[in-house]
Amino acid sequence: MIEPTAPALPAYPGDQRVTQARVIRSEWTKLRTVPSSAWSLLAAAVLIVGFAALYSGVRVTRPPHDAAIAGFDPTAVSLSGLQLGQLAIGVLGALLITGEYATGTIRTSFAAVPRRLPVLWGKAIGYALAVLVLFVPATLAAFLVGQSILSSGHLDTTLGQPGVARAVLGGALYLAAVGLLGLGLGALLRSTAAAVGALFGLLFAPQILVGFLPSSWSDHIYGYLPAPAGIAITSVRPDPTSLPPWIGFGVFSLYTAIVLTLAAWRLRRRDT
Amino acid sequence: MIEANRLTKCYGDKLAVDDLSFTVRPGVVTGFLGPNGAGKSTTMRMILGLDAPTSGSVTVNGRPYQRHAAPLREVGALLEARSVHPGRSAYHHLLALAQTSGIPRSRVDEVIDAVGLRQVARRRAGGFSLGMGQRLGIAAALLGDPHTVILDEPVNGLDTEGIRWIRSLLQGLAAQGKTVFVSSHLMNEMALTAQHLIVIGRGRLIADTGVEEFIAGAERDAVRVRSTDPDALAGLLRSHAAEVSRDQDGALTVSGLSVDQVGRAAGAAGITLLELTARQASLEEAFIDMTSDAVEFRAPITAPAKG
Repeated sequence: MIEPTAPALPAYPGDQRVTQARVIRSEWTKLRTVPSSAWSLLAAAVLIVGFAALYSGVRVTRPPHDAAIAGFDPTAVSLSGLQLGQLAIGVLGALLITGEYATGTIRTSFAAVPRRLPVLWGKAIGYALAVLVLFVPATLAAFLVGQSILSSGHLDTTLGQPGVARAVLGGALYLAAVGLLGLGLGALLRSTAAAVGALFGLLFAPQILVGFLPSSWSDHIYGYLPAPAGIAITSVRPDPTSLPPWIGFGVFSLYTAIVLTLAAWRLRRRDT
Repeated sequence: MIEANRLTKCYGDKLAVDDLSFTVRPGVVTGFLGPNGAGKSTTMRMILGLDAPTSGSVTVNGRPYQRHAAPLREVGALLEARSVHPGRSAYHHLLALAQTSGIPRSRVDEVIDAVGLRQVARRRAGGFSLGMGQRLGIAAALLGDPHTVILDEPVNGLDTEGIRWIRSLLQGLAAQGKTVFVSSHLMNEMALTAQHLIVIGRGRLIADTGVEEFIAGAERDAVRVRSTDPDALAGLLRSHAAEVSRDQDGALTVSGLSVDQVGRAAGAAGITLLELTARQASLEEAFIDMTSDAVEFRAPITAPAKG
């Protein structure tokens, strides 16, 4: 049978082994080429800087009383937008993989990388780097904007003060860890609604539940809850129920690592 | 080369693929034929390691697909046309896929040109027509210049030109010595495209045969004859050991005798014929017959199958 010949496609003899570095590059391309993810990250950055300005302004008009001035944490005030920004970053982390399940792209991904786990690690590394690249400057900007507003009430601090630089950098680290938690929940639960529900539940529900306990118990437990543990790295003058900054961040990272491990275990086994 | 050995897949208590063994050889187009829901897509997902078999095994070029270090070099697959993020452009979809295996941008451009998507490659894939989506999926399948090409229902939603394009593309790939495995629920399309057929129904193997043999076995030629005296003619033909049935318009459908034999017999008996035609059973009818026991959800057939 004679048919018109298909357009000629040259042979491609090149090396085509799948490596983790190649998969990271691929995942980076995926991340930056869906316009909605880029816009949500930018929106989160704007939110963090904008909220720093807003809340610092509020604190200038309502300065702390003399008794409370020792506990006033100007760094934490300027980083308070992280509480909002973390939600956008966590949700986007979940969407990076639940979006693939929803569109069927996950089959393309796993057919190209049949060992599967490099896809999860590729997303994790690519996304964590993207969050750090964007949010180290964003938290720094939030800090500087916040301090310049607080300075009009003589409430400001500087990066040179003990713990301040750690808190600002730690804010970006915390965001990256929340992004990974969202990604892990997305990979584990595979549905956007379930992953977002679980993320918000993990970040908010434990504090509410612990609030029902007698304070002699809750004071001991509170610091170990995911969100309070993670956010401890952003405070310069921690309240007594908090864990020390790096220990708190370590605890939060441990929760994230547990979720990612469960996700990896399930990813290897499940049919797509 | 794809080798399935007693491949079985259950979803809960539902048996999707049932003890399926077959070999898909290089150098020819192998059609994977079965009604919708017969287990074709499940089998293809198991070949690619996307679904794990409940029992049995399947290998690509001698080993399970997951064990290949360069998977895109081994198999290029089109599974569903819409396996693309709607917000991403066709170019970036292919680029991300290429980067997993270190395939350069120049190769991405080559496959885009080969499937004729250059004009729309930078547009969001969400706005693609079904046909453009299929071409994008085929571009992805060809990216790594794979030894084996697996396409699930590639002609779905394509226009005539697109179908002809795919047909010649597949035959070209087979001519290069590649293994080409294409599923379809359309017998006629496969008869034109494939040289070998694997037919399944309800997850079971029904036939594993060359297209020529399949067609030869499927043809049940019949003769349609109309006369002024159908009763006498029917009796006469039955005495010649033919099977005769009566159509609604009074014509007879005769099998077991050729047109010539029917004409001569009628002439010798002095029966006037008004019409005498050879009627070839369509492949589609043969296929439906063959798989009808195996079709799970069968709608009553209200229109005759197109021949």
